[in-house]
Amino acid sequence: MNHDVHKKIISINFGFFSPKQVTDVASAKVVTPELYDREGYPVDGGLMDLRLGVIDPGLRCKTCGQKLKECPGHFGYIELARPVIHVKFVRHVLDLLKSTCKSCARVLIPEENHKRYITFLNKVQEEEGFEARRRKIKEIVGKYKLKEKCPHCSAKQEKIKLEKPYNFYENEIRLSPIEVRARLEKIPQEDLSVFGFKENEFRPEWLVLTILQIPPVTMRPSITLESGERSEDDLTHKLGDIVRINQRLFENINAGAPEVIIEDLWDLLQYHITTFFDNAVPQLPPARHRGGQVLKTIASRLSSKEGRIRHNLAGKRTDFSARTVISPDPLIDLNEVGVPLVMAMRLTVPERVTEWNKEYLKKYVQNGAKKYPGANYVIKFDGKRKTITDETKEEILEELDTGYVVERHLIAGDIALFNRQPSLHRMSMMCHKVKILPGRTFRLNPAVCNPYNADFDGDEMNLHIPQTEEARSEAKVLMLVETQLISPRYGLSVVGCIHDAITGNYLLTKELVLTRPEAADLLYNCGVTDLSRLPNKEKIDGKEVFSMLLPADFSFIGKDKSGNEVKIVNGSLKSGVMDKSNLGQESGLMLRNIYETYGPSYTATLLGKISKLGIVVLARRGFSIGVRDMDLPQETRDEIQSIIQKSEDDVVRFIDQFYAGKLESLPGRTVQETLEVKIMEALNRARNKGADIAMRQVVNSTALTMAKCGSRGNPLNIAQMSAIFGQVALRGKRIEKGYKERTLSYFKKNDLSPKARGFIRNNFKSGLTPHEFFFGAMVGRDALMDTALRTPKSGYLYRRLSNAMQDLKVEYDGTVRDASSKIIQFAYGEDGLDVAKTKGGVVDVKKIVQHVLGVTQ
Amino acid sequence: MTADISKHALVPKHTKVSDSEKDKICAAHNINSMQLPKIFKEDPAISKLGVKAGDVIKIERHSKTAGVVSFYRVVIDE
Repeated sequence: MNHDVHKKIISINFGFFSPKQVTDVASAKVVTPELYDREGYPVDGGLMDLRLGVIDPGLRCKTCGQKLKECPGHFGYIELARPVIHVKFVRHVLDLLKSTCKSCARVLIPEENHKRYITFLNKVQEEEGFEARRRKIKEIVGKYKLKEKCPHCSAKQEKIKLEKPYNFYENEIRLSPIEVRARLEKIPQEDLSVFGFKENEFRPEWLVLTILQIPPVTMRPSITLESGERSEDDLTHKLGDIVRINQRLFENINAGAPEVIIEDLWDLLQYHITTFFDNAVPQLPPARHRGGQVLKTIASRLSSKEGRIRHNLAGKRTDFSARTVISPDPLIDLNEVGVPLVMAMRLTVPERVTEWNKEYLKKYVQNGAKKYPGANYVIKFDGKRKTITDETKEEILEELDTGYVVERHLIAGDIALFNRQPSLHRMSMMCHKVKILPGRTFRLNPAVCNPYNADFDGDEMNLHIPQTEEARSEAKVLMLVETQLISPRYGLSVVGCIHDAITGNYLLTKELVLTRPEAADLLYNCGVTDLSRLPNKEKIDGKEVFSMLLPADFSFIGKDKSGNEVKIVNGSLKSGVMDKSNLGQESGLMLRNIYETYGPSYTATLLGKISKLGIVVLARRGFSIGVRDMDLPQETRDEIQSIIQKSEDDVVRFIDQFYAGKLESLPGRTVQETLEVKIMEALNRARNKGADIAMRQVVNSTALTMAKCGSRGNPLNIAQMSAIFGQVALRGKRIEKGYKERTLSYFKKNDLSPKARGFIRNNFKSGLTPHEFFFGAMVGRDALMDTALRTPKSGYLYRRLSNAMQDLKVEYDGTVRDASSKIIQFAYGEDGLDVAKTKGGVVDVKKIVQHVLGVTQ
Repeated sequence: MTADISKHALVPKHTKVSDSEKDKICAAHNINSMQLPKIFKEDPAISKLGVKAGDVIKIERHSKTAGVVSFYRVVIDE
């Protein structure tokens, strides 16, 4: 990959090509609209002229003599029969026409001010840069362009108008491009700098084209269809139109055709050249294919998401990457990712042959591309790539030597980067170790869903295989999942047990008593092989089983979800249960403390074991739910009904008071609002009371277990299933609108009763009435709309924030600075703390002191 | 009617920093004073202080995480 440097680029200059430059760089003049002759060979002087570059294999470029893919293409030109205005510069032309004198062509600025402005502009540019100069120019030019008399020759100035897109009028008389060009030609060189044009590099008359540059064929290649027919690029089509019209214009002028015909053709030429540059000029109908499809010309090739800039220059594609649907596998490690075998046979890792691994790599080559684990390519000393096939295999095995590189299949243990969009924080792309699995999906441990914000309803994720040792070790050291456990946002673990894993450990530590074989079985199944710490007795408590996973010297005091103390002394759980607040993600200090004391790798392994233990416990014990779980005894149901009835009666009383005008308004509220507040209050009280009563009855339900340990659901969900759904709230209020003065046509007008305003007194088990169901659906739809509209908004907000702050960093002196080392903040977060090294954002000074002094709790 | 907003509970205390202290701040962070965050001369919070461009303002803010925090800004016009 060594290239000699022939020339070094010192600077790049953006400007406008002069007609002379166009002819100078051109290697062909296009004179005929024909593309190919009868043999299908490009015509000389046509748009596909061989001097403009080659797009057919086998042919050689007549300019540089190179073949397809080697020849970069060469520009050509056509001479226009009549000048034509460049649409993209009409604004500049208009400015120039308006602010120069029609007779002497000087700028309409008095001589004495002229010098001053130029020095002023130079100063502005020096101090504030080019953008500021452009703004100032606009101001100055704007001030002088409406002058009535020329300050130099005293000639009267006429009003010049632009009729979009490209026609100029002076006092309602059209200025032809020839006249426009003539005026621009007269503008003296030294006046140009006031407009911001560089004096010696630009002439304004170039903005009116007399000659048109033809882009090389390599940038508008034709496609050969299956039928052998050729299909030309849109640009070639457009250029064909231009050449054809130009030809006809020449002929008509030479034949002395009437002025009207020439005018028409001239206009047509202007139209074609305009759409050649930009086919989306607002005032013009876009040029179309015969089928009616809009032509894609130069401007549309560049702009928008699919354009050259965002698609080809800013957007990069990458090799050695894969994407597919994800699915869960609780049995693989936190650090692992399951990769389908079919993918592993396409993704490769380069390995350099050395004396010591030669035999090992030969095995891969021996297997070839079709047998796993094999290899797809070898790269020789000279960098040439050889495909391994059945034919080449023997030869390659023969010549394989130190220094060769074998691109072998992906195998278990390889390093991969795993990513899910939107990549909002650094945990959106983490390093995993590959595990080859059958199937077609990526498998990941459900505990890492949280940092990726992934679920399995069809989410897809990307996988990248680093190709160098440096990249691999960097990924492994800095990005491996276990190194990312503690969130830099809140200083707690981002991964933790979820769902069944929490429920299982909760049940285990709360109530299970096992026989010794059962306990051994459980522990063995979650990867514990050393059972020497297991108490030597017949019946083993769940807490003792759980303690087996903890490190023998680990002590911890915390709280469980219901506020009871959790106490771990020297690696054994003495009191309290394991639930969401200690095992769950984003909560609890137990995982945080283990991470601190025992390190990332240990924590990841331990988390995997705890998860597995929970799942295995549930599998052995059984965990299920049924409609019966939501059953309430008749008396309870009656009790709830009577509470609801009482509240509804209260509401009716409020409404009566309201109509009688006897309702006293609360401070700062109208009477209507007071009524609403009171009704909401009464109904919510009814719902809460009902829920409480129901919760007392639902005791042996798995739903309650899950709600209690925090793995899934909450008491409200249970109450809504078994007791009462409660009031439906739309934007914080009861349902108000729908029909004229009522919510549904089923109700009477102005009905304020709970039933008519979205109070659902049924529960999911008893079933909802049609109008109750409808009210529920209303809120559901509203919530859906809300999230659908909010997501892109907050996404854009986040994008703007992250773009604005992307180059901020904390320097070694603790200050936050931007790329130009201006200070943004004197201490990061004002307290200078690295949140990832705190516990939930706080530094536990007491613990540090105890640790230093060697005090044990 | 004009209110003195520097008396408002939510406006942190702004004071002018002496030249010697200004040099000390710049030296501590190895910067020149223009690399400090900026504040307009006309900013209502410092309009009563009678400062000129180039002066450094000390702002004492109350922070939830770090008690009282001093922040420095350099005065600029426009």
